[in-house]
Amino acid sequence: MRIETRQEVALWRVLLAPPLAVLAALVLGAGLIIWAGEPVLASYFALLKGSLGSSFALNETLTRSTPLIFTGLAAAVAFRAKFYNIGAEGQLYCGALAATFFGTGLISLPPVLMVPFLMLVGAMAGGAILIVPVLLKTHMKVDEVVTTLLLNFVILLLAGYLLEGPWKDPMSLGWPQAAPIIDEGIWPPLLAKGRLHLGFIFALVAALLAWALMRFTVWGYEIRAVGLNASAAGFAGIGVNATVIRTALISGGLAGLAGVSEVAGLKGYLTLDLSPGFGYAGIAVAMLAQLHPLGVILSAFFISAVYVGADAMSRSTDIPTYIADVLVGLSVLTILVSVMLTRYRIRWS
Amino acid sequence: MTHKSVSVMPLLSFRGITKRFGPLVANDAISLDLNQGEVLALLGENGAGKTTLMNILFGHYVAEEGEILVDGAPLPPGSTDAAIQAGIGMVHQHFTLAENLTVLENITLGTEPLFAWRRDIKAARTKIADMAAEYGLHADPDKLVGALSVGERQRVEILKALYRDARILILDEPTAVLTPQESDSLFETLKKLTAKGLAVIFISHKLNEILNHTNRVVVLRRGAVAGTVTTSEADRAGLARMMVGEEVNRPKVTSMMPGNAVLRLTHVDCQSDSEAQSLKDVSLEIRAHEIIGLAGVAGNGQRTLANLLSGLATADAGDVEILGAPGVADPTELVRRGVGRIPEDRHATGVVGEMPLWENLISEDRRGAEIARAGFVIDKRRALERSKRLIEEFDIRCEGPEAETRLLSGGNMQKLILARVLSRGPEFILANQPVRGLDEGAIAYVQSRLLQARADGAGVLLISEDLDELFALSDRIAVMYHGRLTPPQDTAGLTVGDVGLLMSGHEAESAHAH
Repeated sequence: MRIETRQEVALWRVLLAPPLAVLAALVLGAGLIIWAGEPVLASYFALLKGSLGSSFALNETLTRSTPLIFTGLAAAVAFRAKFYNIGAEGQLYCGALAATFFGTGLISLPPVLMVPFLMLVGAMAGGAILIVPVLLKTHMKVDEVVTTLLLNFVILLLAGYLLEGPWKDPMSLGWPQAAPIIDEGIWPPLLAKGRLHLGFIFALVAALLAWALMRFTVWGYEIRAVGLNASAAGFAGIGVNATVIRTALISGGLAGLAGVSEVAGLKGYLTLDLSPGFGYAGIAVAMLAQLHPLGVILSAFFISAVYVGADAMSRSTDIPTYIADVLVGLSVLTILVSVMLTRYRIRWS
Repeated sequence: MTHKSVSVMPLLSFRGITKRFGPLVANDAISLDLNQGEVLALLGENGAGKTTLMNILFGHYVAEEGEILVDGAPLPPGSTDAAIQAGIGMVHQHFTLAENLTVLENITLGTEPLFAWRRDIKAARTKIADMAAEYGLHADPDKLVGALSVGERQRVEILKALYRDARILILDEPTAVLTPQESDSLFETLKKLTAKGLAVIFISHKLNEILNHTNRVVVLRRGAVAGTVTTSEADRAGLARMMVGEEVNRPKVTSMMPGNAVLRLTHVDCQSDSEAQSLKDVSLEIRAHEIIGLAGVAGNGQRTLANLLSGLATADAGDVEILGAPGVADPTELVRRGVGRIPEDRHATGVVGEMPLWENLISEDRRGAEIARAGFVIDKRRALERSKRLIEEFDIRCEGPEAETRLLSGGNMQKLILARVLSRGPEFILANQPVRGLDEGAIAYVQSRLLQARADGAGVLLISEDLDELFALSDRIAVMYHGRLTPPQDTAGLTVGDVGLLMSGHEAESAHAH
């Protein structure tokens, strides 16, 4: 067996890679369903029905995709500059902490100002927490994968301390949760029924802006150039360190917005189970989207559908909800393989 | 050849080798024989198919048609192990040695059984010592490869092939990294090897070497054999014509009155990661209408000097004055000032391969008023217009401005960089190895463009390892050795031998001689 480089990468291959990868992941996942002793097609049908089969299911899938779009964008933008930010989970909580700090009565503004204000402080908090890892990387070559990943635990423990201690809402009957966001800061729901809220629109706008930034602006040009060939970028006069720092701040800001969205849009208050790993799932979202900001919308929707649908499937069958994690993990693996196959071909000899 | 009368079977023969990459025919029905005891030159421009052919021989590629015979027996295609078993040894242009292992370890690496109680070091040592004595390939077996000079490393590569009982040695552009003196010692070795019955395939661009040190020449052109000649009956012009298909004349500098200084270095020190690369007390002045050639073996401080003049580093001591202002570690500022920079490695630092041509053409002024609206949004329409103009003006062969840059051939990639640099009308040009790895046609083009820029008033620092090029293009030549620079001397008063001596560090004697 030998691997050869393809001279040209055909567009249809690039476009076909993600759906084929997802299909392959579902086929592989079918093995586990058979192992669990359930019928494959009926189980997948339950998954499909539970995620898209009713207006309630669809509403839930879109709701769940909202933070995934933000964290997916955070990873997609950072990975373009080859800054491997694995800390979106922690940055999400930073955004949520900032929104809680400012949004639970400290400052009160009319809603039209309060909502953007909370987004701003949340994004700034998400970006600020990345300053230390990114400076360690640019100035001392410390691997950002390690520092951003480990910071997640630091921030989660900080949030746990605050929620069990100084920030604990006395009205919460002993649950570790913070005081609710004041009404002026709450993001209104989009529909009369269901949990879908304004954050979904914000997420779509963020994806459009990120796409425009990457495609049409000098910053996007510099981020792509640094990621593809840092020494050529530096030779051309692009400040490589400045670009990486800028990228990190944008990435952290996007992840912080996910936290604001969950606190001010969905729950109304901060809890320790605010995110079931949206930060980590964002990496899968970005990989599945091949780091394309608009693709992030689709892949966030898909991954959200898998999680929401898996909940429904586990209710009607004997398959545990963990199947969702397995399917998402498999999708990431198959997308990596399929992306490789768009650039290389395998020859058997 | 002495044994011509005896009808011997060729040691190695290619029979109708054809290899295609998509629509491109890299090797088109190539047939050639290699006899025992001869040095066969494989000559051809970049992209003529030399490397592809050798990769097929060594099992990296599988040919679609044809076969390879060693001693009359077919060589299994696509197997490097089979090639080594058959006695084929390859010395790549870029050495494949582990710097943190000793010479002995590098030579034996991969030859020992995977599961063995102990390594038979004594036998290996004896064998290496025997080979070294027999062929004059001296290398201390216990020295770390990282501590060796380039010439020594090449000897280790050859020993590595011989240790595996190679009878056919392939040398891919072996003299590209050597001083003239080191090259001579390599040719001595080749003579000893062929006297013992080995056969050598010698891949090179350099016609002088081929004419002086080989027995036969096979010329490849566009994937096919353009001709085979006995070296003693060949001449330079004929080989060049066969290789290119037409007469190509490299341009030559004509005398011109220099103008004001564009670059002035005064007692400059600049630290680098290694002692040999650090600049020590370097002084140099370059004036308008003047090309200064910088000779030197790779790794003697040229890179540090180039970084200094490209805006990637600043001096630790001394004065750097570029176009009337102090040197800065800011490429954008230097480009704005009128510095044109042609980097040493066009793939690694010249272009971003995965970006389209038009994006690479705007890389140095992406924030300039012409390209960036409000300094932030890139005006793609205008960038494309400029790209189309430059593609035409500089004759860059490509599918268009949206094509990926990595798909360009070396010559066209260099034309792209020239277009980016020269379209701004620079007053000082740093040309670092501008024709390395290019074919004859592209070399002539790049050189004539540099001469044109000089005529238009630019001062040029030409860094090159090709002495022919330096002698043809430079008004004056300076030599770098261990971070020190000799004062530039008029090209007319220099010989290749003088410069070769300076390159190997005979600074004092030679400098005083002039």
